[in-house]
Amino acid sequence: MKKIIISLFLNFLFFSHTSALIEVDITRGNLDPLPIAVSPLHVDIKSENFKDLKIKNLGDEIAEIIEKNFKSTGLFNPLKKEAFVQKPDIAHLKPRFEDWRLIKAQALVTGKLLIKDEKLKVEFRLWDLTAAQEMTALAFTTTPSNWRRVAHIISDKIYERLTGEEGYFDTRIIYVAESGPKNQRIKKLAIMDQDGFNTKYLTLGNELVLTPRFNPTNQMVTYMSYFRNMPRVYLLDIETGTQEVVGNFPGMTFAPRFSPNGKKIIMSFAKDGNSDIYTMELETRIVERITEHSSIDTSPSFSPDGKFIAFNSDRSGLQQIYVMRSDGSNVKRITFGKGIYGTPVWSPRGDLIAFTKMHKGRFYIGVMRIDGTGERLLTENYYQEAPSWSPNGRVLVFYRETKAGDRGEGFSAKLWSIDITGYNERKLSTKTDASDPSWSSLLSK
Amino acid sequence: MNLGEKMKLETNLKNILLVVFTTLLLSACSTAKKSADIDGDVYTGKETVEYLASGVPDRVFFATNKSSLTTKSRETLRKQATYLRKNKNLNVTIEGHADERGTREYNLALGERRANAARDYLMTYGISGKRISVISYGKEKPVNPKSSPISWSQNRRSVTVKVN
Repeated sequence: MKKIIISLFLNFLFFSHTSALIEVDITRGNLDPLPIAVSPLHVDIKSENFKDLKIKNLGDEIAEIIEKNFKSTGLFNPLKKEAFVQKPDIAHLKPRFEDWRLIKAQALVTGKLLIKDEKLKVEFRLWDLTAAQEMTALAFTTTPSNWRRVAHIISDKIYERLTGEEGYFDTRIIYVAESGPKNQRIKKLAIMDQDGFNTKYLTLGNELVLTPRFNPTNQMVTYMSYFRNMPRVYLLDIETGTQEVVGNFPGMTFAPRFSPNGKKIIMSFAKDGNSDIYTMELETRIVERITEHSSIDTSPSFSPDGKFIAFNSDRSGLQQIYVMRSDGSNVKRITFGKGIYGTPVWSPRGDLIAFTKMHKGRFYIGVMRIDGTGERLLTENYYQEAPSWSPNGRVLVFYRETKAGDRGEGFSAKLWSIDITGYNERKLSTKTDASDPSWSSLLSK
Repeated sequence: MNLGEKMKLETNLKNILLVVFTTLLLSACSTAKKSADIDGDVYTGKETVEYLASGVPDRVFFATNKSSLTTKSRETLRKQATYLRKNKNLNVTIEGHADERGTREYNLALGERRANAARDYLMTYGISGKRISVISYGKEKPVNPKSSPISWSQNRRSVTVKVN
């Protein structure tokens, strides 16, 4: 057990040390992920049928989801099943540690499941193969149709046990699904599990919708819609589908985000061509003006303690990032690097701000400390913006667009994620083109 | 702005070079013509332009990240103002747009600022603000979908649209 922890700890040390020295981390895949074996969960023969579920395959499918989750982190290397040496049910009782060590596994996940009386009962164990002991074990019961979430929750528990940090697998991503030609784009709100499954469309595409963002405390969403050609910020309950305009503003409201306690929405309101930042408390409907400046002030984001707000403004002439107290006082510019800076988003841990940087026709996603020092550019491309944090503050999801030809051909918009170390950049699977992602909190919290 | 001046200078230099180049070759290729339709990165050509009435262009163009009106834009807007004075029952919406090379939310604000720059100018020429509504589309509705400096310059625009 010690060895696993130490080797992960070394990996983390290795990341942060390296990336502190490199301005743009472009080197990938040179780390040493932990070899882990995820045994298919044993399916109890007493299991009863449930709707269309293929119970026989459920143990394999849950194991596959866990493997896919682990692989996506870049921290783990799930080993191929063909090499596995023990049957799932026997391994779950007591693995032959030396046999698993032979295939170079350092950790092993085993489990079993049973469907009875329309309930899915799952248990799993995590084994440290080097120390030859059980690290963690858990059993839970849920409705069988939740089986994918079960796989994500198990993944989270194991991730937490091995890294000492909260997981982010039992989460969803809300985004804008895009289709059609570039100059007649159809945009719909869409939501999917973090791994790309269970995509649902929340609007029909009749009006332009932009920038959905999760409430960090529940499954409410705020977004911008051109419903009836009035660009306004909306609030949407994704469980019930009810939605309403936020506030009664006589002009465009945009760039909404929730406060960390979920009780306020912060956004921009454009009056006579000038955009300033406002908040509205959802319960009392009290509107507060936060900035009052003739420049464009937008893309506001609260610090997780609610005491500060980061935003971008062109008051210096070009778009730069500023931080102020949440009452609008003490405004300080924090970006002074080459280029222009936008879309600041405060990390859920509070120590970093993610941003988009534009310089010499290239776009970067990066992170910096909250005073603007320690800038690290994680990824460079033709066009990319709008980072959103995983709930544990380890990974950023953002969108990237490609160059278009004469008739807009070759254009695409996709979601990508990258570890804040600059490693493990990967494209998320979405059914359509996609932009403006926002990562939910853990669903099971 | 320094940057604007520098870009203007660069474009001017490019234009001079182009003229020299085309003269030398004694041929005018179409891309050279297109590049000549840009002045200090503001589009000055006629492609994509529509007309509210004969001789009254519906749109004006802007420099990157800017919402200031050029001499040519003011001329266009004066024509629009004259037209609107003659057609007293006509109301318009001014749509503000940005190119795709900026963050989405900032571009929404920029489009708003551009539409209002055009509206303010029409108002100084005696058109009631009540007749002119504005809407920003940011970078959401490019008129030219190509990813090139010329199409970006055509997309940085405010368009006056009749609503009745």
